[in-house]
This record gives sequence, C-alpha cells and structure tokens, in this order.
Amino acid sequence: MYTSVTNRRSFIKKMAIMSAMTAAATMFPGVMFASEQEQKLPKGGNLDWKKAPCRFCGVGCGVLVGIEEGKAVAVKGDPKSSVNKGLCCVKGYHSVMAMYGKDRLTKALVKKNGKYVETSMKEALDLIASKMKETIKDHGKDSVSIYGSGQWTIPDGYVASKLFKGCIGTNNVEANARLCMASAVTGFLTSFGIDEPMGCYEDIDHADVFVLWGNNMAEMHPVLFSRMLDQRLKRGVKIIDFATRTTRTSMAADKSILFLPQTDLAVANAICYEIIKNGWVNKSFVEKHCNIKKGITNMGYGLEDKYKFTDKPEEISFEQYKEFLEDYSPEKVEKISGISAKDIKYMASYYGDPNKKIMSLWCMGPNQHTRGTWINNLIYNIHLLTGKISTPGNSPFSLTGQPSACGTVREVGTLTHKLPHGVVMNKKHRELAAKIWDVPVENIDPKPTYHTVEMFRALDRGDIKFMWIQVTNPMVTMPKLKRYRDATKKEGRFIVVSDIYPTPTTDIADVILPSAMWVEREGMYGNSERRTQYFEQMVNPPGEAMSDTWQLIEVAKRMGFEKQFYYKEETHIEEIYNEYRRHHEGKKHAMAPLEVLKSQPGAQWPYVDGKSTQWRFNAKYDPACSNGEEFHFYGKKDGKAIIWQRPYEPAPEEPDTEYPYWLCTGRVIEHWHTGSMTRRIPVLHKAMPHGYVELNPNDAKRMQIKTGDNVRLTTRRGEMILPAAVNERGVPAPMQVFVPFFDENMLINDLTLDAFCPISKQPDYKKCAVKAEKA
Amino acid sequence: MPIKSYLAHPHNGQKETLIQELSALKNCEVIPAENKEVLIVVTDTDSKAEEDIIKEQLEAITSLKLLAMVSGFNTPIKN
Repeated sequence: MYTSVTNRRSFIKKMAIMSAMTAAATMFPGVMFASEQEQKLPKGGNLDWKKAPCRFCGVGCGVLVGIEEGKAVAVKGDPKSSVNKGLCCVKGYHSVMAMYGKDRLTKALVKKNGKYVETSMKEALDLIASKMKETIKDHGKDSVSIYGSGQWTIPDGYVASKLFKGCIGTNNVEANARLCMASAVTGFLTSFGIDEPMGCYEDIDHADVFVLWGNNMAEMHPVLFSRMLDQRLKRGVKIIDFATRTTRTSMAADKSILFLPQTDLAVANAICYEIIKNGWVNKSFVEKHCNIKKGITNMGYGLEDKYKFTDKPEEISFEQYKEFLEDYSPEKVEKISGISAKDIKYMASYYGDPNKKIMSLWCMGPNQHTRGTWINNLIYNIHLLTGKISTPGNSPFSLTGQPSACGTVREVGTLTHKLPHGVVMNKKHRELAAKIWDVPVENIDPKPTYHTVEMFRALDRGDIKFMWIQVTNPMVTMPKLKRYRDATKKEGRFIVVSDIYPTPTTDIADVILPSAMWVEREGMYGNSERRTQYFEQMVNPPGEAMSDTWQLIEVAKRMGFEKQFYYKEETHIEEIYNEYRRHHEGKKHAMAPLEVLKSQPGAQWPYVDGKSTQWRFNAKYDPACSNGEEFHFYGKKDGKAIIWQRPYEPAPEEPDTEYPYWLCTGRVIEHWHTGSMTRRIPVLHKAMPHGYVELNPNDAKRMQIKTGDNVRLTTRRGEMILPAAVNERGVPAPMQVFVPFFDENMLINDLTLDAFCPISKQPDYKKCAVKAEKA
Repeated sequence: MPIKSYLAHPHNGQKETLIQELSALKNCEVIPAENKEVLIVVTDTDSKAEEDIIKEQLEAITSLKLLAMVSGFNTPIKN
C-alpha cells in the first residue's frame, strides 16, 4: 500500500511525540500534556495492532505492536495489561527496532578451515544432528549439552528439555537464568518448598512502604518503579532504597541507605533482632505457620572445580534463634555494615508496624551473591516473623530480569536438576515426565550433572565436547570469562550458537544458526508475577531464520526421535503448550488454556476454575489451600514455611592493600543485558554508546581523575582500561567502583570472580577486589 | 530527514522563558506539560547539517537545564 511521504513523516513525528510523552510519564507520574496535542496522536492509521508481552525484561509489560506492510513499525503500551497499564519504558518503546539491525543473521554459517561459509539450514541441521550422534557414540551421553536462557520461549525450553533429558538421557541442560535468579529459586524452595513469588504487581497498589534490597528499579524495572512513584503521589507511600551505590533509584527514594557489600546478611538479621526485641512478632502466625531451622555454615564459595555442597537442615527452637540474633543488635551490625543503628531501627520499625503494609523488592543484588540463598531466606524471615506475607500489599517480591526466566527456566525447568514438574532426583517426577514425553523412564537420569559455571568448567576440562547455545551470550556474561572463552577454543570442542546477531558468542561457534526473534514466530513468556503471556507470529523472519523451537525439533527428528517430536509445523506451538500443561495439572500450578492466553494479556498460574491466582498460600485467594486455616504453605509437607537461621559471612575476595576497591557490575536503563539487541537501536546506542567505570568523586579527586579520563582496573583475573564516570548517572560509595557489562568491547567479566552461592550455584557479579588507577 | 524528540527540563522558575525561546526556533515543536516542569521538544529537519544547527541552537538556550533525547527516527524518502 502506498503511503505518502508527508503522511509518513507526520505519523513518525507523532510517534516521536508519543515516545516522549511515555518517557515523561515514567519520570513524572501524573504528568499531563495539552489535550489538543494528545488528540493529534496516531489513532492507528494503516497499522494493525497486535498484542504481545515485551521482548525485554522480566516485568512482562503488555505491548501492542503496530504492523504495516509485513513489518513491525511501532510499539505502544497495552492499556488492557494490568502489568503496565499502557506504560512502556524506553527499551520497550523501541523494541521492534531490535528486529531490523543491518547485520541480522539470515543464513546458517559453518566454520570451514577457520572461515564461516554460508550454508543452507538443512545442511547445518544435518551437521548438528550427526555431530551430536557421533559425540554421544564416542564419549557418552553426558558429553553433549545445551545452554539456553530466560529469553527462550516456553516451547523452546520445553523441547530442549524433552530432547536432552527425555530422549538423549543427559541432564546437561542449563540456562543463563542460573546467573540471574537461581538464588531466588533456592530461596523460595528452602523457605516455602515451591518456587516463585506468592504475590503480584497489584501489591504495589496496596503497600504503604517499599524496601528495595539492592535493586535499582528506576533503571532496571522502570515501569514498576513508575507505578510506585504514582502511588507516592496518590497515597504518600514511602520508598526506601537499601543499596551499595547511589543511583537514580536512590535519588527518587524517600530515603537512601548505603551498606557495605555483603553486609546485607547482617542487616537483615538486625531487623529480625529488632522485631523480636520490640515485641513486633506476629506470634500466632509464627506458631501456626512457621518452623525454624538452621543449616551448615562456612560452606565455601565454589571456587574449585567439581565443588559439591549439600545442606543439612536442623530444627531449632524460637529461643535458640533469638539467642543467635544476639550477635546482630543494630549497634553491633553498625560496626560492620556502615549503616547507623538508627537507620537499621528505622527500617525495622516499618516492618514491625502492624498498621503498615510493606513490600520488599529485589533482583540481582541479593541473587548474585555468594550467600544468595541465605539473603533470600533472611528477607522472607522478616515477612514471616511479622506475618506480612501473602496478603495484598504485604509481599516479599523477587523480580526477574528476562522475559521468561520464570516461564521457561523455572516453570519448564531448564536447569540440570529440574523437570517440568519437580526434579530429576524424584522417582515419581521422572515417571510423570517419561509418561508425557513418551520415553522409557530409565531414560531420565536421576542425577543432576553440571550447573552453569561447572558446565563451562567441564567444557574446559573436556568432559563436555558438544555445546548448543541458544538465545544467550555467555562469552560476555560468564564470570572469570577468559577461562571459559579459552575453553571453547580447545581442540575437540564443537559449539553451535543460535542467535539473531553476531556476538562474541557466535565468534566461538563452529555452526551459527539464524534465529527468528520474538514476534517473528509464535510463543509464550512467563513473567515475574507468574503471568503466562502468548504472542502470535506477526511478521516473517528474515532469510532462512528459524525459531529455536523448530531448530530443536528438526535436530531431534534427525536423531531418530520422530515419535516424541510428532508436532506439525503449522500447529506445533499449540501442540507443545497443550502437552506442557499436562505436567502442571492440579490446583498448585495449573496453567491457563491457550485460548485464554490468546484472548487476554496473560493469566497467572495457578489458573483454577477459569481464574488466575493473585496471592498464593492465602485461603481467601488460593484454591490450593486445604488445611482449613487462613494460610497454607503447601509447598512443604507439613504446610509450614521455614524461618532460617543464617549468619553473616564475608565475601570470598575482599579488598586488600594490593586490590583496595570493591568491583560491582550491573546494567543501565538503555541497554538490555549484553546489548546485542539494544546497541543496534540507534537512539539507545547513541544515548549510551560505550561502557565506563563509575568512581566515587572523592576517590577520583584523590587520583586526579575526571569524567572521560582512562582508568585501569586490575583484578587477580586480568586488567582493562575504561573511561571514568564521576558524578554522572550513579555514584559508588568510597573505595567502590561500578562497571556496566553491556559493552562487548569492554568485557568486564574478564575481571570478575567465578565464586557462587553453594546452594543455588549462582555466581556473584557484585563483589570482588580490584585496583583502580589513572591510566 | 531526522525527526527527534527530547524531554527538556528548565531551570527553576524559567519554564515560560524556555517555552518562548524554544518556540522561536525553526523546525522545532514544543509541547509543555501542564502540571510539571518538563517540556517535550520535537525537531524535524531535512538534513544532518540542519539537525546539527538546531542542536547547537538548543544547547545555547540559557533557560534550559537539561535536554534528554527520547527518540530519533531517520526517515528515508519513500517513492
């Protein structure tokens, strides 16, 4: 259809205005522009608007994608979505532009004599299948592996798990969500026996106080942060930013409290100490619904290959727990945490006030932590002691960073120990999976193999020979990166990478497969609040690009698993989803039917009797509660949640005379994770073109460093030079530096440490020792 | 043919001055917020050279505290 240049420019101008209005609404909740201007905004024009969840973070905003002449040309927030209520952040607004970068991968590439040669998809898939069969024949089933991500759609992860765990019979299935929320999973499992938040985003509309635990929501979850700011305008809620660095979140918060790295463990215990000391414990709730336990301490940090740890929980009395907390009075914790006793008491008083509803929110701060499971447990302790949980506005809430970290990695179970329902170690769970997958139960190995860091270590050692990496960029994100980059280049390793753009990870591939992205195929994502959202295929993928789901099915068929991978190309997503739902039947985890997901902006599991469940474990809202009480923590056999006694322990590598600074890494609002998509969106790339190192202004002054000067960072793993940022976006505390990881030309993970939480096996990207000097 | 939108933040008490100064520029549309100290600015130019000129003019405005680009579209002529 012809579109005049005038009309097109006019339309684009209106879109530019709308982008700005959206950005303003994020920064200034309640902002109003002249109504005549709003009336000029495009009402759709020739566009066909279709609903989808956003491609980027784990918030899972509902968006409407404008399709014109077979191309996605515009995005707006879906006003029908309860997640974002029509809002979008700057990344979401530009998300369709990520599909149209000039260097999209459109053909399969096979490395021959050191050079990539274009080949047909058929030939590339033949090669992958034959290489996998040959590797299994020569080295056994555990020599092949797949590494996916929280950006896998639900069908992608499901067929990956079915192929590797059910058909091949190896548990070498992992996903990058191990690097971002494994501690949240083990936190939930140890405290409640079942994964994922009990509450939902609607808690924001009910809470009086928000405590953000190491969570820069203004940049990482801007739409939810905007909802909180809106509540502050309407109801005067309080926002407390509890962090190691001053950020945009700190500046917008009512109070910013900075703690020294790793001491959040001590502060959380001090809050519990105060709650008990001041008589703020909800005794009847604790007596009815909680047990108290302790586990093994001094677990180590997983720095050595083949490190193993199994906790040994032991029941303790309330009195024993109270005695343990004597070491964590605010006055004692003040000395190690850098926070005044007054500020600790200030936080505790909000948790303890029976008239205040309170939300704790966190993401990478507590999760990327060598005691990540513990700090998750400790935040739950605060909510359990006060009984402020599973009711509207009283909500400990761990957020995620990827669109389907929950939906695919946690719910489908694309981790070495997991199955779609339950774990490989459990006979009944293996039997259920085998029945649905139509494989002999003996196929499913009862022993987990490698978590992510150990999987790459196994590749380095040669225990793994073949790795298929889909929709993730580990050659930017692995900690202590050089070891794992070198591992991929070793003789006898075969690496397949499925992606949409060239990245440092495609650089190490033997075969590169071009993938279809987001609305170029059909699929579903699951967000942080247990909401499963469907999207249809809206446009065609470029060239020979193919969905990751169909790539896996094609290879599975070539390997002889036609019976299990019976799906038809036209209907395979529906067939896979319906098969997947069978794993979650029952009131605790039932998934909504596909027709429901197609008709509305998602549904929250457990989806029972045609209704989403907003608050789990609360009999008023959750049909799975069956103990006749107000609350039922049915993830545990006795229906009780666990308050864990977990001490403060130091980080594995702390600053010393040689490496006197803390190094913290993280993200920026403009770029999503490794930037492979957002750096191809001109406006976002221009706004944040390269990496940098943030310094505290006093440290910078002492070293005579100004913004833009080169700074050399050195750790025990390596060194690199970055431009300085002083008093720019974020301000680290004295003797701390911060570096974002989005820039593939400044690979900060060459410097980070591969220590991890012994329980969750999630690495700590927030703490290691570094030397900083003017270069 | 770049089209760009920005959020413009005025210095304290200078919102009206900023509106007037921005409105005086060619190829520049201004949409002030009714209830907040922020303005939307959209520039619509025919070439990179014109774009550079208007950027310089914007940066020279003294009542402007901060100019943050929100979106940039480069529209090719479509026959």
